[in-house]
Amino acid sequence: MSRSITYRDAINEAILQEMKRDERVFVYGIDVADHKRIFGSTRGLVETFGPERCFSTPLSEDALTGMALGAAVNGLRPILVHMRVDFMLLGMNQIANMISSFRYGSGGLVNVPLVIRAVIGRGWGQSYQHSKTMHASFAHIPGIKVVMPATPYDAKGMLISAIRDDNPVIFIEHRWLYDAYGEVPEEPYTEPLSQAKVLRSGKDITIVATSWMNVEAVKAAEVLSKAGISAEVIDARSISPFDETVIVDSVKKTGHCIVIDDDWIHCGFGAEVAARVSEQCFGNLKSPVERMGYAATPCPCARPLENLFYPNAVSLIKKIENKFDLEPIDLTGEDFYSYEKKFRGPF
Amino acid sequence: MSKIDRKELNLHLYKHLYLVRNAEEAIRKHYHEDEMKTPVHLSIGSEAISVGVCQAMQPQDQALATFRNHAVYLTKTGETDRFFAELYGKSTGVAKGKSGSMHLSAMDNGMICATAIVASGIPVAVGAALANKMQKNGKVVAVFFGDGATEEGVFWESLNIACLMKLPILFVCEDNELAVHAPNEVRKGYRSLTAIARQYRCHVFSDDTTDVEAIYHLTQEALYQMAETEMPCLIDLKYYRYLEHVGVNEDFNAGYRSRADYERWLKQDPVIIQREKLLSLGCSESEIRELERLIDGQIESSLAYAKSAPFPEPNQLHEDVYA
Ligand SMILES: Cc1ncc(C[n+]2csc(CCOP(=O)(O)OP(=O)(O)O)c2C)c(N)n1
Ligand SMILES: [Mg+2]
Repeated sequence: MSRSITYRDAINEAILQEMKRDERVFVYGIDVADHKRIFGSTRGLVETFGPERCFSTPLSEDALTGMALGAAVNGLRPILVHMRVDFMLLGMNQIANMISSFRYGSGGLVNVPLVIRAVIGRGWGQSYQHSKTMHASFAHIPGIKVVMPATPYDAKGMLISAIRDDNPVIFIEHRWLYDAYGEVPEEPYTEPLSQAKVLRSGKDITIVATSWMNVEAVKAAEVLSKAGISAEVIDARSISPFDETVIVDSVKKTGHCIVIDDDWIHCGFGAEVAARVSEQCFGNLKSPVERMGYAATPCPCARPLENLFYPNAVSLIKKIENKFDLEPIDLTGEDFYSYEKKFRGPF
Repeated sequence: MSKIDRKELNLHLYKHLYLVRNAEEAIRKHYHEDEMKTPVHLSIGSEAISVGVCQAMQPQDQALATFRNHAVYLTKTGETDRFFAELYGKSTGVAKGKSGSMHLSAMDNGMICATAIVASGIPVAVGAALANKMQKNGKVVAVFFGDGATEEGVFWESLNIACLMKLPILFVCEDNELAVHAPNEVRKGYRSLTAIARQYRCHVFSDDTTDVEAIYHLTQEALYQMAETEMPCLIDLKYYRYLEHVGVNEDFNAGYRSRADYERWLKQDPVIIQREKLLSLGCSESEIRELERLIDGQIESSLAYAKSAPFPEPNQLHEDVYA
């Protein structure tokens, strides 16, 4: 029987089920056990497993990150949670210098099974220190996996995979997705940590999206279909490892590719996609791969500037209109997403 | 200090307290209109700390603050036009609407910055103090941070360097014994910050007063000792955060603290007790009212000005990234 739950609940269920299955799993981080429970995603954990396996910590991200490594190599499977990826940067030394190279440095003898969950995404004019995404920066470093599911189904399946994986996995969650509903099986299941996924099929153009940008891309695809353009939307899901097969197959069919990334463009994930597509679809491409992402600025607070900072369905539609030399599509009557009007799913 | 001096000093301090309190009360009043699209961490309850410390320093002395920075900004600048405009995301704001509530600054008034990443301003303050010392300009830096910031390694690294290098810096812990909703019991593996700090080569003070005049004098004493000995200073000042961690509402029903504590602290409310002190020092009710009326007027006109100011133009997005 199908069941629809939110992205928030999908994450929560994945952790609950894994903690039940495996008593080595524990959850910690700043405010994970307070009454707000990380936007509700750590609900019920203290009640079910006690404060030994779910606890709030001091504000000490650098130490907390190193502790994850120590606990992992000594037989546990820690899940460290950050309410914002921006705070996780205080642990960047442990991530880049210690965690990523530990297995390699042990000659492959010691595994590092840990998960770092980090929340990203727009809030209420949070400006430049609460709005980063950073997946490209993490993915740049060999030895860690980086995933960013967009649907409730993937959130649960990929989080379970991440917890069971014997490598460090950075698990990035966009807060605007938390209220999105989708079908999620009750029983535990795994989704691969290395595969892109087609969210919507099409034949004229391939749109590769990350995290929240999938919502914008699907919306754009719906609008474009009215103008006769059939867009395929692919959720990259796994930034590292990154298997381009699904994308390459799609571009071979469509001949066009746009990446809409939830991050800055320069030296970003879009560049990686563009490189792989040009390497493997050189003869099939009918236009250059294009990249969309954040403006090359710190994130501004003022809403009119913030709206320009982020790419969205409208800017994606405009890009594709240009690419195909279309008449401007009439967008009156279309409902787009904003802080006030969040996507609630389903995909 | 003569009685007249004392009265004047206290009037001066009250003016600042009243400005900070009522600017924030104005935010509380208008926030629900959803035009201030920025998260606000209000200072209500803590005003005596920012005002007492900053007013004891020289105007050219410098300060750095946290996301809970309105009080430091307002007392360093005394202005509300650019303040409210920033909260409304307008081009006339402190940072042309780019920064919002968590990052107010006013370099010309000595407010270097405010940061939303806990503890990240502390080493910046140390660097600023180093520059002041190297340039022999006599300026002192005060860095404000919450008790939660002392759990970050960089706090201790910074304190150590400041003590080692004998820098003119005042570490001010705005200590509400809470980090978001987490009390000390789940955050501290030691008994006393000040006891540890006393092992460092710096002066250490602590107080739980809400009397702005007392904090003013304590800071003056600290500054005097710093100058005499060429050592930094750490001051731990307790206060009670009246409202939720972020936002304009009370949150006593959230279950992590009790209204009874609030009511106990409210008896010592920094603004109310300062007003009472003024009366006891011989200020007349009408004199105080007149001063309050002026500030109310300033706030009202700044609010109106902010609301009517233009948003930044689209081309502003890409400006100011590089010099
Ligand atoms: C490095 C970092 N970690 C976590 C956070 C999230 N956060 C914001 S404020 C806060 C609590 C801060 O407590 P404290 O320093 O005592 O300041 P207060 O809010 O009490 O003024 C936390 C955990 C953050 N902003 N930065
Ligand atoms: Mg605090």
